[in-house]
This record gives sequence, structure tokens and C-alpha cells, in this order.
Amino acid sequence: MGGDHVSELEIMVNGEPRRVPSPATAADLLHHLGLDPRTVVVELNRKIVRRLQLNDTALADGDAVELVHFVGGG
Amino acid sequence: MATALQTEPTTDSPLTIGGRAFRSRLMVGTGKYRNNGEMVRAIEASGAEIVTVAVRRVDLDRTKDQGILYHLSPEQYFLLANTAGCYTADEAVRYARLAREAGFNQFVKLEVIGDRETLLPDTEGLLAAARELVSEGFKVLAYTNDDLITALRLEDAGCAAVMPLASPIGSGLGLLNPYGIRTIKRRLSVPVIVDAGVGTASDACLTMEQGVDGILMNTALAEARDPVTMATAMRLAVEAGRQAFLAGRMPRREVAMPSTPNAGMLEVGE
Repeated sequence: MGGDHVSELEIMVNGEPRRVPSPATAADLLHHLGLDPRTVVVELNRKIVRRLQLNDTALADGDAVELVHFVGGG
Repeated sequence: MATALQTEPTTDSPLTIGGRAFRSRLMVGTGKYRNNGEMVRAIEASGAEIVTVAVRRVDLDRTKDQGILYHLSPEQYFLLANTAGCYTADEAVRYARLAREAGFNQFVKLEVIGDRETLLPDTEGLLAAARELVSEGFKVLAYTNDDLITALRLEDAGCAAVMPLASPIGSGLGLLNPYGIRTIKRRLSVPVIVDAGVGTASDACLTMEQGVDGILMNTALAEARDPVTMATAMRLAVEAGRQAFLAGRMPRREVAMPSTPNAGMLEVGE
């Protein structure tokens, strides 16, 4: 416990552990990572979070988040 | 007065897939280009409207580029997401759902790969994924092998198009089984788009001459020494092959037949 009382969530993002300030929504996470919600799709614990629900989707400790987008492919 | 005897050239109808009409019968991928500028110019030169993309994790360190949409406008191109790299039906369905959420349409190029060396499709997984995705409202374009039975089953499953390979992905070996491809085209009602294996313009032309509805290619452009010029060659080859198919080729004969009349020749002798 630090003295600053800023609580954090520990979540997995794209397979790597990350700490984000708590409380946080999916939209907060994108903002925190500097990602544009219009070009990224969020999957939370294997379920897609619709773009309109990003603001209402709270993250919890241990959540597994995948952030994907379109890349080159055949 | 001379009678104007005009024969209309055989006109082609647009390619319609899942209710959408396309002018170009050439579709191109966006993988493996040396740089994005070259990719954009090659795609332009190809005249393609349908351009494939893939779904992958965002690079959170962002040392790399910002995704393909930064370079290709979804207003200019019809983006077709693939499920490349998926080895099970469940994985492919997951990628397709992510793609639909990221994308601009209900179309997906479904790949379920069965073998790492040949990248040949796992037809069992492919059919299972196709059925699931069709039930979820997707327009499925299924990458498959040159097997008629699988193609028929994919059509029965409700796929919007069936995409048999010319030869393995990225091999550039060209059209290995013209008979198989012709048979699939003859027996299916949905569009047949040959996907993978085309290496150069003659491959594309020969493939279109079998009567298929279109071709999807990536490596043939991306790995050409000059992708932009190869894209132009492929555009012309696909058009030439299509026109030749519509025109109907002459019969093959085992003997020669003079093109010049024998009548009117001078008498032989002194």
C-alpha cells in the first residue's frame, strides 16, 4: 500500500499484465493507452464490448482484455 | 447501301456477392508489402474494389504503424476481413466477430487452416465455422481447396461465395487443377473466386479462362520486384481471361487447318 491511496487494477491487456488506475471503464483504458475507440475493438473476457458500451463497461481485477484492429493480410 | 451489320461485343454483368455488386473481378490482399506507400499504389493500379485485411492485437508500444485503416480508406475500398492464421472453427468464429465489430460490413473471408506447412484448409472446421457464421448473419466467403464436395457443402451451408485455391497460399505455383476449378464453377450457383496461388499474369489469365467469377491475390503483387507494375499486369490479365472466357475459345485440333483459303491459288507447273 502506497501512501498516495491511488488504487489500481491489475488486468491482462493483449496477454501482458498491466496496472491501470481504479476505477476504470473500457473507455478509460483506451484513453489511458492513447487509443482511438473508432479503430480498436475491445474484447473483455472473451466477449466483445460494443463501441457504445465502452463507457458503461467497468473493468475488474484479473480481467483479460484484448485490443485488436485491422492490419495487412491476404 | 451497305447494311450496318453490327455485332455487339459480349457484355459482362457485374460480380454480385452476397447482394453487393462489384465491377472489378480482381481482389487483393494487403499483407507482406515492403511499405505502405507501395501497397497503396499497387492496390490503386490493380483496380480492385475488394481489399482484404486481418485482425490482430494492437501494438501497445506503438513502435509500428497505426493499423491498415490509416492507409486505406473504407470509403474507397470494400474491406473484407479474413480469419487467416486460425486453426479451429471456434478461433475463426471469434476473429470473424471481432472483424465485424471493427469493420464496416457483414462479410468475412473465412479461413480455417489445417496444416502449417501447406496452409491447406481444415474442411471439417471450415464447414462448422461457416454454418455458425451464416447463422449469425455473416456473408461468408470460404477459402477452401479444389474439392467439389467441400465446395458443394459450403454452398449448402449458406456461404455467399466459395474460394477454392489455385495452389497453396503464397506458393505462386499457379493453377494446378484447372479441371477441379472448372468443375466447382460448373456445379455451384454462388460465385466462385479463386483465392491463393496465382504467381504471375498468365496464371491469372488462365484461371479466369476457366470461367470463375474472380481472383483474390496478395503475394503475387507484394513480392513482385515492382508491385505496382505487376498490379497493372494482373488487372489486364484478369480482364483478358474474363473476356476470353466470355468470347468462347476455338476448338482444339490435333491437325492443322489453313487460315488462308486454297481457292484461287495459281496453277502449279510450267
